[in-house]
Amino acid sequence: MATNSEAGDTFEAQSGGTMSDDALRQVESPDSLKVTFPTDRPLRLDSGFDLAPLTIAYQTYGTLNADKSNAILICHALTGDQHVANRHPVTGKDGWWSTLVGPGKPIDTTRFFVICPNILGGCMGSTGPASVNPETGQAYGLKFPVITIGDMVKAAARLVDHLGIDTLFSVIGGSMGGMQVLEWCVRFKDRVYTAMPIATAPWHTAQNIAFHEVGRQAVMADPDWHDGSYLLRGTRPARGLAVARMAAHITYLSEKALQDKFGRGFQNRDQRSFSFDADFKVESYLRHQGSTFVDRFDANSYLYITRAMDYFDLESDNGGKLANAFIGTKTQFCVISFTSDWLYPTRDNKEIVKALNAVAANVSFVEIESDKGHDAFLLDEPELFATTRGFLNAAARKRGLPAGEPTS
Amino acid sequence: MTASVTTMGQSGLAPTRADHLLIAEMVEPGSRVLDVGCGDGALLELLARTKAVDGRGIEISRERVSACVARGLSVIQGDADSDLSGYPDDAFDYAILSLTIQATRHPKVVLENLLRIARRAIVSFPNFGHWQIRLSLLATGRMPRTPNLPDAWYDSLDAHLCTIEDFVDLVKLVDARVVEAVAFNSTGRRLPIERSRRLQNLFGEKAVFLLERKREG
Repeated sequence: MATNSEAGDTFEAQSGGTMSDDALRQVESPDSLKVTFPTDRPLRLDSGFDLAPLTIAYQTYGTLNADKSNAILICHALTGDQHVANRHPVTGKDGWWSTLVGPGKPIDTTRFFVICPNILGGCMGSTGPASVNPETGQAYGLKFPVITIGDMVKAAARLVDHLGIDTLFSVIGGSMGGMQVLEWCVRFKDRVYTAMPIATAPWHTAQNIAFHEVGRQAVMADPDWHDGSYLLRGTRPARGLAVARMAAHITYLSEKALQDKFGRGFQNRDQRSFSFDADFKVESYLRHQGSTFVDRFDANSYLYITRAMDYFDLESDNGGKLANAFIGTKTQFCVISFTSDWLYPTRDNKEIVKALNAVAANVSFVEIESDKGHDAFLLDEPELFATTRGFLNAAARKRGLPAGEPTS
Repeated sequence: MTASVTTMGQSGLAPTRADHLLIAEMVEPGSRVLDVGCGDGALLELLARTKAVDGRGIEISRERVSACVARGLSVIQGDADSDLSGYPDDAFDYAILSLTIQATRHPKVVLENLLRIARRAIVSFPNFGHWQIRLSLLATGRMPRTPNLPDAWYDSLDAHLCTIEDFVDLVKLVDARVVEAVAFNSTGRRLPIERSRRLQNLFGEKAVFLLERKREG
């Protein structure tokens, strides 16, 4: 079932070879739209660094209406990209949210103009550590500035400006995508009509940071990482990144999901091998997840993006009171969490709801019953689909957008 | 397991609940309303349709919240005991608690919160002072079971049942004023005894109270 989990691929999926020149080519020549903002318009990052030039690779689906009121921005998660609802150019798989986005889907591309940028710091065509540093003519590597979730949002806002859109009908995203949704609602209050932060949190907890640090240390411990300059040396820290992915993957699932799927089942054998082979199905599965991930993802991007997530804290950014972030908001919010998500649990999502209530904002909140863990937001969850469809349809009526197809 | 989504609002609404109609009469058009324990959103929809209110809801049941949101209502999953404290003072014109106060853990705190969040509170509840209940207790010596209160005491979620007189005492205790009190029977017929609290308490199967804070501020 889990064809598009944040964790990636199905157990049965075939590995796509080594990373793949295909993937590397996406950095400079993405198989998607892209826009480059010239050097005289640098992006001022939260760190104070002026980043230029800035390229944003993006996909769009559907048609922008005449008064540009039907645009929905989708924000992707840590290892997602702009390929929301089309075949992925590197993996060949369906888009990561093709269950939710498309003609007749809850985010209906026959009604809405859907935009999804690859985030700043990503490796699918937007400016990131694998992009060419104009000062050296080589990949940035660790010369790339440390970025924040807010920086990703400011970069995406450049794209939205470029498309001539003033107010977004909705900004939607899960996990780190949800953090971007929240930043949109804080930094560009008047430009967001509705917002759907899903399976997310208003800050990264100590446990979240701890898991990310394990991942980063795994990458950095790989001798092929070469202090981040592996692209220049023609190596790749594939083992380190794979271990990072394996550890992270566990956090996207639930204990029950792991137990139900694998239990103590053996992989291609009937008994213990008395070795360190992948005796168990769960080991084989994790190794597979690690190896397919390194085929499509840049290790330095992984470091930078996880760092941005760790720095995310809307409470401390707003004078120690989360509600302050939302004062004066007119946005209609729909916050969604999942019962078995222990990475961004309901408790954290409810902090967002409480803060919004404290400023009498218009907010709905649904906790959806699922045993699929954090990954549930990417999977076949009928209640997620019904809620998304209902919320967007009602808001579209209020906004005066034409009625959608009456799909159940 | 994914909980299935309850299908709501299939054309033709369910018959409107009697207490909902009485509550709707008490709400001024265009108000901001918080419906605590909003269930499937029937009252919020009625108020939006007939009074053009800006409505929000709180509901404890996951499936009902999901269904409410899917029909375009702004509802959060939560309950009266734990989620009212997060709302600011005077955020609403009306806070409504319909047939829910008897199921809260701390009815007094809940009522105080309602009157803090909103200028006025509308509270409906089953009246434990109704003559049939009194008689049943007297005659059988056991907890009464009526069409209004069908569950055995150990199954019932109603932890804090009260009579109309009890409720009036609580209103005084939280420094509020009764603007309007309507007792009604099971068919939703308003009993023409608004001047006599004692008669309301004897003959009303349920009651709806419109309350407001005595002191503004």
